[in-house]
Amino acid sequence: MNSQAVTTPDNRLEEDTHQGDAYPLLQTVELTKDYPGIRALDGMNFDLKAGEVHVLFGENGAGKSTLISMLAGANTPTSGDIQFNGKLVELSSVHKARELGISAVFQEFSLIPQMTVAENLFLGAEPTTHGMLNSRAQIKAAEEILSKLDFHLPCDKRIDHLTRAEQQMVEIAKAFRSDLSVLILDEPTASLTNHETDQLFRLVDRLKSQNVGIIYITHRMAEIREIGDRITILRDGKYIDTVDAKTTDDDELVRLMTGRVVGQIFPKITVNPGEVALEVDDLHTVGGSVKGASITVRKGEIVGFAGLVGSGKSKFAQACFGAFDIESGTIIFNGEKIAKPKTKEMLRRGFMYLPSDRRNDGLMMMRPARENISIASLDISPFSNGWMLNKKKEAKVVKALAEQLNLSPNRVERDAGFFSGGNQQKLMLARSLTREFNLVVFDEPTVGVDVGTRAAIYEFIVELANNGAAILLISSDLPEILNLTNRAYVFYQGRIQAELMGDEITETNVLSHFFEREAA
Amino acid sequence: MSNQTESMPKSKFSLADLLKRIFVRLGILPFLLLIAVIVFASLSDNFLTGRNLMNVLRQSVYLTIVSLGQMLALLTGGFDLSVGTILALTSVVGATVMASVYAAMPDAIWLAIILGCFAGIAAGTFIGVFNGVGVAFFGVSPFMMSLGMASVGFGLALFLTGGTPVYGMPEAFGNIFGFGTLFGIHTPIYAAVLIAVLLYFYLYRTKSGRYFYAVGGNIKAAKLSGISTRKTLLMTYILCALMAALAGMLLTARLDTGEANIGASMPLQSIAACVIAGVSLRGGVGRLENVILGAIFIGLVQNGMNLARMESYLQTVVLGSLLILAVIADQVRLRYVASLKD
Repeated sequence: MNSQAVTTPDNRLEEDTHQGDAYPLLQTVELTKDYPGIRALDGMNFDLKAGEVHVLFGENGAGKSTLISMLAGANTPTSGDIQFNGKLVELSSVHKARELGISAVFQEFSLIPQMTVAENLFLGAEPTTHGMLNSRAQIKAAEEILSKLDFHLPCDKRIDHLTRAEQQMVEIAKAFRSDLSVLILDEPTASLTNHETDQLFRLVDRLKSQNVGIIYITHRMAEIREIGDRITILRDGKYIDTVDAKTTDDDELVRLMTGRVVGQIFPKITVNPGEVALEVDDLHTVGGSVKGASITVRKGEIVGFAGLVGSGKSKFAQACFGAFDIESGTIIFNGEKIAKPKTKEMLRRGFMYLPSDRRNDGLMMMRPARENISIASLDISPFSNGWMLNKKKEAKVVKALAEQLNLSPNRVERDAGFFSGGNQQKLMLARSLTREFNLVVFDEPTVGVDVGTRAAIYEFIVELANNGAAILLISSDLPEILNLTNRAYVFYQGRIQAELMGDEITETNVLSHFFEREAA
Repeated sequence: MSNQTESMPKSKFSLADLLKRIFVRLGILPFLLLIAVIVFASLSDNFLTGRNLMNVLRQSVYLTIVSLGQMLALLTGGFDLSVGTILALTSVVGATVMASVYAAMPDAIWLAIILGCFAGIAAGTFIGVFNGVGVAFFGVSPFMMSLGMASVGFGLALFLTGGTPVYGMPEAFGNIFGFGTLFGIHTPIYAAVLIAVLLYFYLYRTKSGRYFYAVGGNIKAAKLSGISTRKTLLMTYILCALMAALAGMLLTARLDTGEANIGASMPLQSIAACVIAGVSLRGGVGRLENVILGAIFIGLVQNGMNLARMESYLQTVVLGSLLILAVIADQVRLRYVASLKD
């Protein structure tokens, strides 16, 4: 392989190698970041050598994203230093980080959907002649970058006409606009196919040989083995350890990540399946997010939905709840056939869906916790007589729920936005207790939630099931599916790829269905 | 409690801290009110007399009622730029109908008044129906929808009258609803109080009232909680228009004519009254009682500037500046809120 393929005629890379012997390429000293009410990163010491793949490993909310956002200049630290080649640098903006050759590819894309691939690649650094845009030069340069990376993308196509994987490739290509010394990849394979993943790994290898330092975030053990050199483990915003990727085994990694043995986080589940709560046959949604999926959920069961982002697992549940339009298919809930589910009526029938995105879909951040808890049940007693609110009873019930869930601080009049992630999640959980629900859907219930609260949430879910409710647990966090469900459906491209029971729910079994096509 | 009182004297800047807390809790309004009273009282001896303050109250009635409606639009995360037009259209249609019924049947004074009011208020509210349908069902931004309807309504009002004032309403209408007094208090004030009490009950004692806050607080969360967001948004703009129409009818009684040119300053002033009173432009936050104070504050400033013989063109400059100041203060407050929390 020609290692010069990606290098541009600049000698910075060679300088890096010389200095890299003495100093790490990138280093943080006691890096700390505070958000209102929460310390997201606490005295982080991290170093990246030139030509290595350094994996950041930790649970959701462990501080990985906070760390890389500061390294990429998207966020400024509260205290602590960042050193680049042994020199103190202040990465006050993404632009500044880019000037040093530090580029990040985040999970959330920063692409403008209405613009073409080439326009996005050069956004903010458009080639000009005499102050005028030179679109021909831009397209030529874009084609050069893409061909060097071996990405087959049409330069003049609009971003919103590309698949998610193709968009991801554009996002990665953006990092190659200028010379690269540090590349940060945040779960880059989450939405890639096997073939695209292989392509990405070849690229990573090539960059390593050019002495680029790579910070890589992933939750997949297999990937760590395949491309990782060193692993730094974070937990609750703190540095835990840095270990060798080749010699540390999975159990050790999980122990470091969670701080306890897996069994301690997850409560024991005993399942007594009762009557069928929800039966869905051949569901298709408008727009094709779900293309013919069928499931059955019984009362007292905890059924898992696994699959990639965009595999249709969330949309499926939303469609049954009436929050997403259905094209065809039958839904039977509590023995009643429902032609066109409407959110309000589904709630009345005892179907609750708790969305994954607390900030955007779940909570009213500027309203008190009390209103956030009672919102879905204001039409029934004790909250109202159907028309007039009963504020006294509302306050009483909400207070009792807050106590039951150990809301901290236990102040129901405080705005939802001022609670920590875990406690915000508790506000949502409390909603599922404001009336009798036969089926509760938890969509990614532990995103951005610390380990302690996480255990409480799991217990909450299991208790609901033991009390006879049917539970649907949608999760991208594999351990949750493995340890908390008695049955799991794996979604792939809007269809159900597999139904796994009891002992069949293993990491390899679930993962193997994440990508595999019908033919394979 | 005792812990808090013990720790208070330890803080060196307890006064600054107290001011900050008042600012965070109540917004900029108490400070502006204090400054306005001090400034105007020193400029004019007549300012702080009972008669003048009663005057301020009476003059603020129309803005207060419109602001209450505007608050609903702001609560749900939108706003209504057509409130001025609604005032004008209500006035013109109400006066025309009232005058023609009165001309046809000079003996049926009350019939003329009732029919006139009904027609005027219906015409004004109709603008709100269009606003609501556009925003709730077609997803038009409130800005464009109400701006467009403002032009439609104003054009209609001018078209109906040819630009001239409408005369010929029964005298009793103006005498009772414009200049009438009961126990020494003007009738428009009673009307405003009644509207405020009804709206207070609706907003804070019924579930539909809570839904305004929910939709503005997070429309997706509201939807997923089984709230019909379309119905709520439709209600918002209809109620907002109804308030403006009621104000339009009361103002018509006061002027004794139907005018197409009233209300031009209402959109700005009503939004200013709400924002100064701490209603968030992002939706979901704001209290009715504060909005009433906000509207009265604007009336107070206008009155004070009149007494100080400030030129009316300059008064407009002051009001615009106050609005911007209030928005800036809101941003600053948001930063403080994060540090104080509750």
